[in-house]
Parts: sequence; structure tokens; C-alpha cells
Amino acid sequence: MADRYEKWDRTVSDPGDASGRSTGNISPEAGSDTVCAISTPPGRGGIGIIRVSGPDAEKLLMRIFRPVRKGPLEDHRLTYGHIVDPVSGAVVDEVLAVFMKGPHTYTAEDTAEIDGHGGRVPLKRTLALLVREGARLAEPGEFTERAFLNGRLDLSQAEAVMDIISARTDRSLSAAVTQLSGGLSGRVRAIRKDLLDLRVELAVNIDYPDEDIEVLTYEKLSKGFSEAASGLARLSASGRTGRILRDGLRVVILGRPNVGKSSLMNSLLRSSRAIVTDIPGTTRDTIEESLDLQGIPVVLTDTAGIRDTEDQVEALGVSRSRESVRSADLTLFLLDGAEGMTEEDRVIARELAPEKTIVLINKEDKGNQVSEKELETILPGVQVLIGSVKNGTGMDDLENAIVRFALGREGYAAAGKSPESAMENDPVVVTNVRHQALLREARERVEDALRLVSERAPFEVIDLDAEEAYLDLGLIVGEEVSDDLLKEVFSRFCLGK
Amino acid sequence: MEKILLGNYDVCVIGAGHAGCEAALACARMGIRTLMFSINLEAIAMMPCNPAIGGTGKGHLVREIDALGGEMAVNIDKTFLQSRMLNTSKGPAVHSLRAQADKQAYHTEMKKTLERQPNLDIKQDEVIDIDVEEGVVKGVQTRTGAYYTCRAVVIATGTFLGGKIFIGLSHFSSGPNGLAPSITLSESLKKRGMSLRRFKTGTPARALAETFDYEKMDRQEGDEPIVPFSFMNDELHRDQASCWLTYTNERTHDIIRRNFQRSALFGGEIQGVGPRYCPSIEDKIHRFPDRKRHQLFIEPEGENTSEMYIQGMSSSLPEDVQRDFYHTIPGLEHIKITRPAYAIEYDCIDPQELTPGLAYRKWKGLFCAGQFNGSSGYEEAAAQGLMAGINAARFIQGRPPFVLDRSEAYIGVLIDDLVTKGTNEPYRIMTSRAEYRLVLRQDNADTRLTEKGYQLGLVTEERYQKYLWKKASVEEEIHRLETAHISPKEAEGFILSVGGAPLKQGCSLAALLKRPEVSYQNMEVVDKGRPLLPAHVIDEVAVRIKYEGYIAMQDRRIAKFRKLEDRRLPEDADYSGIQGLRIEARQKLDRIRPRSVGQASRISGVSPADISVLLVWLEKERRRHGGQQE
Repeated sequence: MADRYEKWDRTVSDPGDASGRSTGNISPEAGSDTVCAISTPPGRGGIGIIRVSGPDAEKLLMRIFRPVRKGPLEDHRLTYGHIVDPVSGAVVDEVLAVFMKGPHTYTAEDTAEIDGHGGRVPLKRTLALLVREGARLAEPGEFTERAFLNGRLDLSQAEAVMDIISARTDRSLSAAVTQLSGGLSGRVRAIRKDLLDLRVELAVNIDYPDEDIEVLTYEKLSKGFSEAASGLARLSASGRTGRILRDGLRVVILGRPNVGKSSLMNSLLRSSRAIVTDIPGTTRDTIEESLDLQGIPVVLTDTAGIRDTEDQVEALGVSRSRESVRSADLTLFLLDGAEGMTEEDRVIARELAPEKTIVLINKEDKGNQVSEKELETILPGVQVLIGSVKNGTGMDDLENAIVRFALGREGYAAAGKSPESAMENDPVVVTNVRHQALLREARERVEDALRLVSERAPFEVIDLDAEEAYLDLGLIVGEEVSDDLLKEVFSRFCLGK
Repeated sequence: MEKILLGNYDVCVIGAGHAGCEAALACARMGIRTLMFSINLEAIAMMPCNPAIGGTGKGHLVREIDALGGEMAVNIDKTFLQSRMLNTSKGPAVHSLRAQADKQAYHTEMKKTLERQPNLDIKQDEVIDIDVEEGVVKGVQTRTGAYYTCRAVVIATGTFLGGKIFIGLSHFSSGPNGLAPSITLSESLKKRGMSLRRFKTGTPARALAETFDYEKMDRQEGDEPIVPFSFMNDELHRDQASCWLTYTNERTHDIIRRNFQRSALFGGEIQGVGPRYCPSIEDKIHRFPDRKRHQLFIEPEGENTSEMYIQGMSSSLPEDVQRDFYHTIPGLEHIKITRPAYAIEYDCIDPQELTPGLAYRKWKGLFCAGQFNGSSGYEEAAAQGLMAGINAARFIQGRPPFVLDRSEAYIGVLIDDLVTKGTNEPYRIMTSRAEYRLVLRQDNADTRLTEKGYQLGLVTEERYQKYLWKKASVEEEIHRLETAHISPKEAEGFILSVGGAPLKQGCSLAALLKRPEVSYQNMEVVDKGRPLLPAHVIDEVAVRIKYEGYIAMQDRRIAKFRKLEDRRLPEDADYSGIQGLRIEARQKLDRIRPRSVGQASRISGVSPADISVLLVWLEKERRRHGGQQE
């Protein structure tokens, strides 16, 4: 029964779609948020334009655009530079960008335009960056709609706007159905049904305190929400696999100076099919290298590339390094086996999350002074490999460990060894950004509910999160929320005078 | 028929049940000359079904009625036999008050209140027609030939309108409780073009108290201390009556199963739609064959009667079957039934034909409330009666309708559900229907609504002053707790005694109160400076501090919700002429005529894209009429 508009605002559409069209719906408050879309027709044209409109247009542009000539952007003037992922530091495209202050723009709002290379891949990546940084994908006709609501168009044009909006209902409805693989909708429906069952029990317990019904315990709620959470986690994991297969696994190499970071990077690059990036100007001077490990695209960042001469301990405190570790999917942490753990190593280790770290004890040919016991204390459960980059020992293990990490344990087991077969065995790969966002949202809500259960929070508070998660999942499978909660209440429980 | 002009009024109220009483009192209290009809004055505020007021959601409604200056809470506080706060093991938002009523006393007290109310006349007579000329209400015609002019009518006919009782295979025209039905009015309304539909409800048997065996049943007692319904009462003291709990068994179920074919329900005689949440016993056994037992409560009907109400056992089976199955139940083996269970079918309207102000869209001056609108329950009826009365009065005063939205009150949820979504069964309020229920609590109904009631002219100066005092006390006490500091050392002993983790650093008492193991009450040992405050002040203080985070979350959602509620749609909008709306949306919007874009968005069949079209269209209209850019 929640406010439908609340959901609308949160809905993001699939940047994979040429028009930015989505199954979502527009914000009823034009101008209250910032929207973006690819505004050139799909195809292999020379350039593609991304338009960003709304109060945060300038902020968003400056988050991802690095002009070659430093300094603030001039209003209404094209500037040359690069689109750079602010989190990983990866260069995405070489572009011309312009910021135009409202109201002298098409929508009368602050507007940014990015003229990039026409290939779909860089455009989509740029668009995905904007969405990640907080923009919402525009609905078809939304720029025009905003232009009208902001007084830019005359009345006769308004009629056209309404036609565009109404046309998108049918399209988005059919899109909602076709974008779903049977596997995904089946799983989402199943989890949604489980959530509904929990909500039904909550509702009955709240609204029928005097009835002869089983008292709902926190244990039961905890079990139910845990199951839903792990179901969603599995789906998100497949979403993660999907994302990794699409965007690459982000791996960062970390360690003290002279521990062998550059050698490791070179070794990994040698052993793999190096990918020549399709983005011009990013091959040589980049701090990132893309490679392909057993079919898994990997984006390798060598912190050595930035900071090898500096004190790593201090460098970790620097936001850039810390950021790249934080945003990486996986950190390869190098230790010098001959020297053992130093104080610097310990400081670095404490910053790391064991579940997304692989420790490689290098230079094993010169002995191994590293206390695994100590490692285990600082990074409980972390995976530790021993080898020598120079001699090439342990490198296969490392490669396999990275691939296994990319696929997740279950995926790898199912795959035997080949990631392609892993995908066949697990057809539910969530590649749609909107679905991923909703799944993530639903999972967060369920985890919130779980936390509230552990705090013994009141049922009606727990139900708030359960309801949100239920509605999010409903948006994925395109089911209308109606009387289903109460219908279930009365069909499952015998209630009343 | 002879037409004897017997009086001129502003508002005539048809029916004196829970809706009619609130409607009549609201009008009269707002200074409107009001006339209230009842087929029998002994039926004023009659409780033809369960002898109780309140319950989950319903208790919230009663509190809200009280805050707006209605009568139900005051009347039940005068006449209850037992009072319980339900759901205390759950969160404060769903605590719900329920009281067993002395039916006779409830009727008598309400009748006295009505009789003493200035501006209000009461008539025992049956209204058989509403005079409508060119879509405008002109007056009412009664069975005796009397005619009263009026500019507004409130219909609150309950189960009287077209009433038909079913017991087994016999059925006959009747109002509730053996009273005369209102058949002619139903016919004249149809003749005037109003479309009516049939709903049904039912009530269990009554039996004599002396014939129950209480040894075999579980006693259920009232709460101490008693929490009053009305904000006017700080505390109440009373010797409370008991209720009793027992269960059906396989023998009961066998008898019922063997006689399914003799039930009116399965015999196909009943056309009306019954509520899912209030099934008859045969319905329960039919739909839940695996259940080994069903629970029932034995509740007193009043102090001056021996009759007991058998809650949970409504039925339309023949009397011999009723006797036989009641007698299989522990404690009921030898009961003497005074009134058999029956089902009753009645006429009602599709509430989608009403405005959010409960006005019938087709006739100017007609307002509707209670079961006539497809709801069920005394509290739901009273809430609508109050709102219909207020809006009839405002119609007379030439003022815009008074509407509560879904974030302001359960009353708002109830009416919005009815008029926007409609209902296919008698509608009952439930807390699950309120999306903002953390904010719509029974403890803060006065905070939410008293000011509004005062503006309307319904809240007395006494009530208003009491409210202002409470509001100030709550604010003051919250401020005190937020500014009073406690050190880890001072808190140590107390925290240990309630099993919490020691404080790491000093904090305010308010912060301490947020801990799950701490309550306002047990915190007293470390809160020496606390003032002596009444329970209702403490309740609101504690809830507001403890649930501050959740409440803030809901407040943000409410702010968002309001944005669309505030986008008003013109009453005369020509939806068929709006380009871009889908056909289904056009039809629905045209029929329901939402007052805001927010309401439109809740109509099933109106899509988000349709809402966008509406927003663009609104903007276009605004500009066409020379409105200024924001």
C-alpha cells in the first residue's frame, strides 16, 4: 500500500536501451531531480551525445569529466577532456563536453551535454557512470516534458508531449515483460511470495491480536527474512557475475615498495590475452590494464603506477589509493616472504576487507617468514597463496583464485572450470541495471528488516521494510500491488466474529 | 400521498445508528438546524451485533472521532463494562483500545445527549423518499405523510434499508434485531435513478448468562489501570465484568457439515456479498476444513440483562441446528438461546459515487455514511457519520468540504479507500490499510486532529484548553529529557538492573530512553527531577522519543505524498477531452472524479503515465487561464 511515487523516483532505467526508455516511470515533479539519456539515435555514428538536465547537471558532469585544460568550465562553451570513472580512476572516453546554465537551455534547466564516441560501449559506460553518481535515466519525451513544464514550449507543443508520454505506457509495459528472463522472474516471484507470506503473518498478528492463531515469533521472522535475504543475495550475486562479465572484475594490487607489484602486473599481463582497449588515448599512459583471464574480463589497477616512490603506508591514507581499494572487487595484497610482515604491512592489512582480499606471499624462493597466524588475526578467513612472481611459481593458483572469485564459489563449482559453462548452468544473470538496482534495494530492505528483527523492533516497523522490499520486487516482475496482502490474510487465516 | 409540511430544517439525517448520531450531533454543534429520524427511537445508537467498541484500527477511529469533537468515545467511557488495550506486546502504533459496552446504557446515554443537544430535533418516523428537484435536495417525505424541507440530507440507514433476515431456509423482510425495515425508501431512491447493491452481514446467537458453565471456559479480564477512550477523561475507575473463552470441536463441525444444505448461505438464497473477515461459522468450517477448533468469546450484553453474546459464531443455519451445535461446545452444553443467529442483507451504494467529502456526486445536498457506503462496524460508521455531518453543515454554510488525507487520520484512510478504490465487501478498517501507521497512533489522535475540530467549531473550549495543556506538557517534557544529562556512573546501577550494556559516555535521558531495555517508567530511578504527569502525556512523550527515527522516516514519505495530494484537479475536468490519457483512465477518472492528482494515482486502472499526462494537462490549463509561472 505504499506510496507509488516513492518507488517511481527510485526507479532507474536500463542504460542498455538506446533511447534510455525503461519500464520505470517519470518523476511527477519535473525538475526536482536530474535526468540523463543518450540523445542521438542508436547506430554506429561517429559521435553520440549524452544530455543531462536538472539541478545537479553541473555537479554530475564535474564528477566524471576531466578537462584537459584545468579550471572551471565556461558556460555554454565546448571543452575537450576525458570521462573518468571517479571511483576507479579509469578513463572511459575522450569527449567534448559543455555545461549550460539554465534557463537558456532546451529544458530551461541546468544542462550538460557530452559529445562522445559514437560506439555504444563508451556511451553506455558514461551513462552508467552518471546513473551511479545519482542521475536518473530520462523517460522518452521527458526532456520535452520538462521543457514544457518549465515554460519553454508553447501550448500546441504540449499536446505532442502528452502523446509521447502516453505512447510510452504501452511500450514500457511490453518492455517490462520481454526484458525478463523466465528464470529471473520465477525466482523473484518466489522470493516475493515468501515476503508476502511474512507480511501476511505480521498483518494477522497485528490486526487480530485476540484470534486463535499461531503467535508470530521473532525466530520465525528471522528465519524467513534470512532466507529471503540469501535468495536475494544469490540473485544479486548473479547480478554481480553479470556485471563482472560485462564491465570486468576490478582488481587492485597493493603492497609495500619493492614487494613485486609491477612484476606481478607484468606477469599477469603476459599470461593473459591482453585486451586492447577500444577507447582511444587510454592504452599507454593509463594506470589501468585490461586483461582476460580464462574468459573473465579483468581491470587491473597497479597502485605502484601511481605511488611506487611514495611511502605506501602514508599513501593508503590518501584518498585516491584508499578509494581504489574500496571500489575494487578484489585486492591482491603482496607480502615479501623473505622479510616477513613489517609494521607497514600490518597498517595496510588492517585497512583491508578479508572477504575481498587475496594475500600473495611473494619471494617464497627466498624463504617465508610471514606468520600465517598473525595474518589470520588481522584478516580472519583471508585466502593466502604462496609463490614467486619472478620464478612463476604459484601464478596458476593465483589466476584460478581470481577467476573463482569472479564467479563466486557456486558459479565456479557449477562451471567445472569454464566460465562460459558456468553461465549456461546459471541462466539467471541479471544484466539489466534497473533490475539490479531494485534487487539491491530489496536486499537492503530485507537486511534492514533482519536487523530490526534482531533488535526486537515492533512488528509494524519491521513491516515497513518488508513492504518496501515486496514493492521493489513487484516492480521487477511488473506486478501491480493491490489487495493481495489482505486477500492472503483472509484466505489463509480463519478470522472474525 | 398527502404532503403535510411539518418543518423547515437545514439538514435531515436519516437513521440514528452510530453514523446518524455523529452526523446529527456534528451538524447541530456547528449551529445547523438539524432533524434526525429513526424508525424507532429505541434503536438510537443500537448495537445489533457485538457489544464492544474499538479493537485494532477501530480503536484508532474512535480516538480520532473524539479528537474532532464527536461523541462515541465519550459515550463508551460512560458505559463500558470492561476495557482492554490490545497489542501491548507490539509497538505503540498498533496499540488498540477495545471496550465491552453495556448496550442498553450506551443507547440511553447517547439518547440523552441527543435530546439535550441544541439545534437538534429527533423524530420517530420512517423517511420514505428524498425530494430531489433537478439534482438538488429539497426535503424528505415520511411514512405518516409529513414533509420536511431541508437543503441537505445525510443517509445513514445501516442494515435497515431493504433489510432481509435469513435464518436457515426462512427469510423475511426485517431491519436488525427484529425492528421494521425501510423498504419504501429503497424503492424511491432507485426510482430516482440511484443504483443500489446488496451486502450482507450476520450476528451470532444470544443466550442467558445463568445457563453457561463457566468452569469449562477461560476467564478474560479487563485491564488495570483503565485507559479511557476520550481525551476528556484522564482516568476512569470501574468494577469490570469478565468475558469468557471457549472452543468448538469436531462434534460441532460435524453437525454444521451435515447441515450445510440447510444454510441460507449455501442454499443460494442470499445475494448479498458478505465480508471475508467476518465469516459465519459454517463459512469458516467450509473454507478451513483442516481446522480442528475455532475460538469463541462469551461477552456480556449489559448490566441489566442476563443475555450473553457468543462472539465468533455467527450463522444462518436453522434454529435446531444452531441449538445442537452450540450445545457441543464446552461451557455451552445447556445454554438457553434467547435470540438465534441470523444473516441480514441490505441495500447500499457503490462508494465510488461519492466525493472524498462523502457527498453523492449526482445530487447536490446528499451526504452518505456508514453501512450505506459499504462499510461495516460501529466505529467505521461513526467516523463517516461525523465526516458526512461536518460536510453537510459546511455545505449549508457555503464552505468547502472538510477532508482528511491518508497521512492525517485513519478516518482519511477509511474514506479514501471507499471513495477511491471502492469495495466489493463490507469494508472494515485495519491498521494494515494505513501506510503511515507509525504516525497515525491512537495516543496522538488529539495532537493530529483537535486543532482541526476546533476550527470546525466542534471542539469545545474545555477540550481545546485540555489539548493545549497536553501539547505543551509533551513538548516541555521532551525538551527536559533531551537536555537532562546522565553520566555513565550515574546510569551504571540502573542499566545493570535492566540488563543493558553500560554507557560508554554520558548522554541525555532522551538518548537513554531510546534503548530497547529502557522505558519511561523504569527510568524513574535515574530521573529524579521528573514532574508528575498524566499517563497520556507520558505515552506520547515516550513514543515520540523512542521511535523518533522511524517517525522521521515516515514524515519524509508523507511530505512526498502530500506534494501530489496538493495538486488539485478541477471538479469539472473534461477527462474525455484530455489528449494522451488511455481510455480506461479516462473512464475511471470521469467516474470517480478525484480531487487531487494524488487521489487519481490511487485509482486502479490509472497508470503512472496517465498521471504524467494529467500533470502536463494541469500545467497547460493553468497557463491557459493566465496563471503565473511559479
